[in-house]
Amino acid sequence: MKVLYFAWLRSKIGVATETFDPPAEVTDVGTLVEWLKTRSPKHADALANSKVVKVAVNQEHVAYDHPVSAGDEVALFPPVTGG
Amino acid sequence: MTVKVQREDFDVGAELAAMTRGRTSIGGVTLFVGLVRDMAGGAEVSAMTLEHYPGMTEKQLEAIEAEARARWPLDDALIIHRYGRLEPGDQIVLVATASAHRDAAFDSCHFLIDWLKTKAPFWKLEATPEGERWVEAKGSDDDAAARWAKES
Repeated sequence: MKVLYFAWLRSKIGVATETFDPPAEVTDVGTLVEWLKTRSPKHADALANSKVVKVAVNQEHVAYDHPVSAGDEVALFPPVTGG
Repeated sequence: MTVKVQREDFDVGAELAAMTRGRTSIGGVTLFVGLVRDMAGGAEVSAMTLEHYPGMTEKQLEAIEAEARARWPLDDALIIHRYGRLEPGDQIVLVATASAHRDAAFDSCHFLIDWLKTKAPFWKLEATPEGERWVEAKGSDDDAAARWAKES
């Protein structure tokens, strides 16, 4: 699975992308975010408030109950501010 | 129907001419141009850096353009959005819609910029005298986009 971080999530975590095989308990976005928090204190800090962490799976906006699997590209980012 | 995500500036007049040249079924074009302001939240902004998610940005912009085309009778639509470092006065975004009649052109252009602000994966980092800060999303942008939710 490839995970991408954008904007202040990237600066807080310190990397733009990570690639790994998630453990079996990761089945949807919600369980993925909970597992990511255990990877480092920086992850835990950046992902502490899920209200400001939006998610895209394979480049489509999704909710936290959306399923994820090993081959997915998952992006985590703050609410968008373009335009 | 075109989407461009680019670092370079754009020429509004040239884009308008390219959109309408030889296409005499078009009765009107609405253009929205977004610019970098020098003030935000009471702080002076000296520069802004726009980050985006290459791939998803184009995909989302193409999807909202397709949605506009499905809702209004459009001859053409164009979205150009810049990324990278910009300064006050610089152009950030161009949305242009062309139709036989003005209502479709006005409404679809308004729809596109409102939806773009809540769906296209861009983030603004402002440089101010107190340092750099990420721009926070506004609830009013969600409200503006919600106006265009389809009545079921």
